[in-house]
Amino acid sequence: MDMAEAQDNAAGSGAHPIIRVRDLVVGFGDKLILDGLSLDVMPGEILGFVGGSGTGKSVLTRTILGLVDKRAGHIEVFGSDLDAISDADKRQMEKRWGVMFQHGALFSSLTVAQNIQVPMREYLDLSPAMMDDLAALKIEMVGLKPDAGEKFPSELSGGMIKRAALARALALDPEIVFLDEPTSGLDPIGAAEFDELIGTLQRTLGLTVFMVTHDLDSLASSCDRIAALADKKVVAVGPLGEMLDCPHPWVKSYFRGERALARLKG
Amino acid sequence: MTITLSPPGFEVNAEGDQATVVLSGEWTLDHGRRLEQVLQELPASLTSMRRAALDMQAVTRLDTLGARVMDQLIHQLGSDGVKTDISNALPTHTKLIEAVRIRNKAVITPQRSRAMDIVVDIGRAVVNAGQDMLRGVSFIGEVVLAIGRALANPAKFRWAALVNQLEQIAFRGAPIIVLITFLVGCIVSQQGIFQLRRFGATDFVVDLVGIITLRELALLLCAIMIAGRSGSAFTAEIGSMKMREEIDALRVMGLNPVDVLVVPRILALIVAMPILTFLASMAGLFGAGLTAWIYGGIAPDTFISRLQGVITFRHFSVGLIKAPFMAIVIGAIACIEGMNVKGSAESLGQQVTASVVKSIFMVIVLDGLFAVFFASIRF
Repeated sequence: MDMAEAQDNAAGSGAHPIIRVRDLVVGFGDKLILDGLSLDVMPGEILGFVGGSGTGKSVLTRTILGLVDKRAGHIEVFGSDLDAISDADKRQMEKRWGVMFQHGALFSSLTVAQNIQVPMREYLDLSPAMMDDLAALKIEMVGLKPDAGEKFPSELSGGMIKRAALARALALDPEIVFLDEPTSGLDPIGAAEFDELIGTLQRTLGLTVFMVTHDLDSLASSCDRIAALADKKVVAVGPLGEMLDCPHPWVKSYFRGERALARLKG
Repeated sequence: MTITLSPPGFEVNAEGDQATVVLSGEWTLDHGRRLEQVLQELPASLTSMRRAALDMQAVTRLDTLGARVMDQLIHQLGSDGVKTDISNALPTHTKLIEAVRIRNKAVITPQRSRAMDIVVDIGRAVVNAGQDMLRGVSFIGEVVLAIGRALANPAKFRWAALVNQLEQIAFRGAPIIVLITFLVGCIVSQQGIFQLRRFGATDFVVDLVGIITLRELALLLCAIMIAGRSGSAFTAEIGSMKMREEIDALRVMGLNPVDVLVVPRILALIVAMPILTFLASMAGLFGAGLTAWIYGGIAPDTFISRLQGVITFRHFSVGLIKAPFMAIVIGAIACIEGMNVKGSAESLGQQVTASVVKSIFMVIVLDGLFAVFFASIRF
C-alpha cells in the first residue's frame, strides 16, 4: 500500500481534509526538490512537519501558499483545487489562512499594532476604534504586553517577533495557520510557552495548524500527528508513537537518535 | 465557493423591566460594521431594563470579533445597570467569549496639542542640524585618522576594495557623465552663440564655454551625478549592512567599519572625481566646439586656437583643485547617512534621500565658497 492510498484510507473515516496534496512535484532548474509528495491535513489538528535541513519543508509550505510554482500534482485547500479556482476565489481563500514566516516578515516601517491591522484594513469594514480593539486583543492573545503594540519590529526581541508574527497571522481569524519553525531561536522556556500558546489558541479558536518544525519538544507536546519528509516525499505520517516504530532510516535516526531518546524519555 | 451571508441581528422581547434578547446570524469579521451597529443599538433599546437574558441559540458562527463584541455588550450593559446572562450558547462560543476578555488595557498615549508639536519639531530640527555638523566633523576626523593608519601601514590597506570602488565609481560612471557634459556643453554653446551674435561677438562664445566648462560646469555636473549615482549607493550599502547587524559583526571582530567600508570608498571618490572632472571638461568642450561649428560657423581649428589664447592653466586647474574636496563632501555625507540607518526599510529610504539631497546641496554651497575664494585671490 503506498502512501497516497494509506492517506486516503485514513481520510476515509469521514472528515474531509482541509489541505490535500497529491503527487506533488516541485523543482528548481534540473533539480527536483519534491517528487510525488502526498499529504493530508485534517481540520482541527496540529500537524508537525519534520525533515532534514534543505529537504524542502519550506518549499512545500510555499508551494501550498502559491509562492512557488509546482511542476505536477494537485493541491486542494478547503476542498477546492488551487489550479481550478478564479483569482477572486483565491483572494477569498487567502483570507481563510494565516502565515507566520520563519523570521516574522513583519513590515519594518509599521508598529506591531499596524502590522496586525494590515490584513484587517485590506479585507474588513471596521471602524478604527474597533480595529484598535481587535489589534489589542490579538496582542494579548499571543501573550505580548499591551505596550508592544506601539513598538516597531526593530525594537522587539526574537521571541516577541515570533509572537507578533503569530498575532498578524491570526488577524483575520483564519481556519488554518502555517507556522514555519515557530520555536526556532527561542530558549527552551520560551519555546515551551509558545507550544502551549499554539495549543491554547488551537483549542479556543478551533484552528488547524500546519507547523514546520525541528523541535522534538514541540512535536511531543503539541502535535496531534507528525509527517516526516525524506527522499523528496512524505515517508511517514502518524502520531508520535507510530513514528517511533517507523523503519525508514532517516525517521529512525531522527526519532530514535540519542538526542531524541533523551528528550522523549525525559 | 459560495458563502451564504446572514448578518448578525437581535430581537428584544420586553416584559416589565426584564427582557429576552434573541441574538442571531453570523457574528464574524465579515459583518464588522453591522456588529458595531448592534453594539450601539442593543444597549440603547434596553435602557429601562434591569435584567436581560441573551439567547445565543440562533448565532450560527462566532469568531474573535463576534466574541469581542459580545464581551463589550455585556460590559456596556453592566455599566448601564442591566444584569445580563447568556443562555443557549455553544460550549465553544462560551470558551471564546471567555478567551477574548482583554485584561490589561493598553496605555493610551495622551493627546498632544498641535501648536506644541510645531515648537517641538522646530526645536528638534535645530538640535538635529547641530548634531549633524558635529557628527560630520568628528566623522571626517575619524576618516583622516583611518587614512593616516592606511598610509602608515600600506600593506594592511584594502587595495581590492579600493579598486572595486574605483571601477564602480569611475569606470562605470564615466559614460553617463561624459554624455551629459557633452550635451550641456552643446546647449550652453548654442545659447551663447544666439545671444552673442546680437552684439556681433559670436567668437566670444569660445571664451564663455571654455571658462565656464573648465571652472564650474564639468565639476558641478560631475559632482551632482556622483552624488546621485555613487553617494546613494554608499548610503544604501552601508545602511543595509547596518540594518542586518553586519556593521556590529565587523566591530566585534575587531575591525573598524571606517577602515573597512568608509576609507576605500572615500579614497576611491577622491581619485575618481578629478579623473571624471577632466573627462567631463573634455566632453563639454567637444560638445561646445561641435555646436559652435554647426551654429556659429566657427571652424574647429579656429575654435582650438582661440581656446588656447583664452584658457590658461589656472582655469583648468580650478576645476581639478575643487574636485577632491567635492569627493570628500559627497563620500562623508553618504557614509554618515548610511551609518544613521535604523532598523526599518522606511528609514533606509529616508537616509538615502537625505544623503543625495544633502550632498548636492553641500556641493553647490562649497562651489560658491570656492568661487569667492578664487575671486579674492585673483586666481
